Amino acid sequence: MRYSALRLIKESLTGHKGWGPQWRDPDPKEAYDYVIIGGGGHGLATAYYLAKEFQGARIAVLEKGWIGGGNVGRNTTIIRSNYLLDGNEPFYEFSLKLWEGLEQDLNYNAMVSQRGILNLVHTDAQRDAARRRGNAMILNGSDAELLDTDGVRAMYPFLNFDNARFPIKGGLLHRRGGTVRHDAVAWGYARGADQRGVDIIQNCEVTGFRIENGKVLGVETSRGFIGAKKVGVSVAGSSSRVMAMAGMRLPIESHVLQAFVSEGLKPFIPGVITYGAGHFYCSQSDKGGLVFGGDIDGYNSYAQRGNLPVVEDVIESGMSLIPGLGRARLLRSWGGIMDMSMDGSPFIDKTHIEGLYFNGGWCYGGFKATPAAGFCFAHLLKTDRPHETAKAYRLDRFMTGHMIDEKGQGAQPNLH
Amino acid sequence: MIINHPLLGPRDAQEFTYLGDAGLINRPYWLSENALREFHDYLHLRDNPAGLHRELWFHEQGDRSWLVVTRDTTTHEITKVELARDVARANRAAEVMQ
Ligand SMILES: Cc1cc2nc3c(=O)[nH]c(=O)nc-3n(C[C@H](O)[C@H](O)[C@H](O)COP(=O)(O)OP(=O)(O)OC[C@H]3O[C@@H](n4cnc5c(N)ncnc54)[C@H](O)[C@@H]3O)c2cc1C
Repeated sequence: MRYSALRLIKESLTGHKGWGPQWRDPDPKEAYDYVIIGGGGHGLATAYYLAKEFQGARIAVLEKGWIGGGNVGRNTTIIRSNYLLDGNEPFYEFSLKLWEGLEQDLNYNAMVSQRGILNLVHTDAQRDAARRRGNAMILNGSDAELLDTDGVRAMYPFLNFDNARFPIKGGLLHRRGGTVRHDAVAWGYARGADQRGVDIIQNCEVTGFRIENGKVLGVETSRGFIGAKKVGVSVAGSSSRVMAMAGMRLPIESHVLQAFVSEGLKPFIPGVITYGAGHFYCSQSDKGGLVFGGDIDGYNSYAQRGNLPVVEDVIESGMSLIPGLGRARLLRSWGGIMDMSMDGSPFIDKTHIEGLYFNGGWCYGGFKATPAAGFCFAHLLKTDRPHETAKAYRLDRFMTGHMIDEKGQGAQPNLH
Repeated sequence: MIINHPLLGPRDAQEFTYLGDAGLINRPYWLSENALREFHDYLHLRDNPAGLHRELWFHEQGDRSWLVVTRDTTTHEITKVELARDVARANRAAEVMQ
């Protein structure tokens, strides 16, 4: 069923009785050509592009809970293409271009809103770094503008400009960045994939791989064995656990990241702001809630909840940037488990096991990557060759010395 | 989280910085034949279990000792705290025994 204004008018005149479910709820078949493990944004996008762009047939997505219940439904919804390094920026620019056409492509309102992202700078050194990053972005086809203090003041007059320790000296503005309704991304891809014949199988946990003579034959699941010619793993924070079932150790640690939302307020933050002097970023949802977050808690965790020190740190940083924040009440906070890699960059690669492919290590930035990660993983699954924009995302890059370390922190996941 | 320091008693985890998998104590031998591969694995491939995890914490704002903390990553409950030095010595003793 196509969604359109006409359809909406018709349904509203007939009591909204004709909508129907957006995807089927099929039982697993005995075997598929492609099995994607993980019904998050990445897994669903992979199945969608596999079916649509690469003529893949007989595809299943296996999700242990319900689709959209993982990080795709827990993140702070920011999309952007403002990376520095060559291994990354072309990929994120490709992703942003896919976001720009996503709603027409999916015929689904994902509320893609290019409301702009402003990274504040507070020192001369930060301004230099921002200028360099901006140039790298422009070289890769993205957009960047360097604002001075007055430029920032014109956009956000309520920020704390006169902070004696961290005065606001300007910011790097990325106008095409913004936010997207995260759940709708999962649902839109699920509907699009389902329409192209993909079986989305929920409540189906993968509990093991069947591997013989170095070749994958299928997966053991809570709903029985499912055969597969190719298996793509896309399980975000569970990457180490799932790949351990194939006997692999990954350059990944799982960490918890928290996020916060305030009560609904009248619109006052039109875009996304990130603080350059503390761990804090903020945007305002269309419902009016301030959506904000900060740093990861910093220790391995699978608990899907964080601890109070980070709550305090985020609120303190927020208050020092937006003093008015103290007048708002906090409604909710939550945590999600992310796969932090050893250089802070992701993997889209084959494994040494024939037919087994891996997409993960997305850290706290995998939501913006959803369309391109899906596209590039589908490309790899179908052609056995990396997509042009994702060829740096190799699992062996620590061995060969081709790390993609945006922050230059080395093999210390909690610092990326 | 509260870390029960073997010498100082219960301390807030905020006084510590976190390094990760306690396997980092067991540095490979630099002249070994496969040193390159061993150091690659040592540095990048970590234990990352959902459940009990042995990990290194540094008491940065305290006595600056390294601890091995056994913690459940699904509940954050800490069940054991040892001085990293003791663990390293025990590891070495076990190696010599082999
Ligand atoms: C608080 C928070 C804020 C964030 N903010 C941003 C942001 O602003 N911008 C941004 O770009 N990124 C952000 N991220 C990161 C982003 O959310 C993730 O990188 C991204 O969503 C991960 O990909 P995914 O959507 O496929 O993951 P998920 O939605 O987590 O999908 C993985 C799925 O795999 C399933 N699974 C796991 N194990 C199994 C198994 N054995 N069998 C079957 N299924 C299994 C899980 O149930 C899950 O549904 C944030 C993350 C968090 C936690």
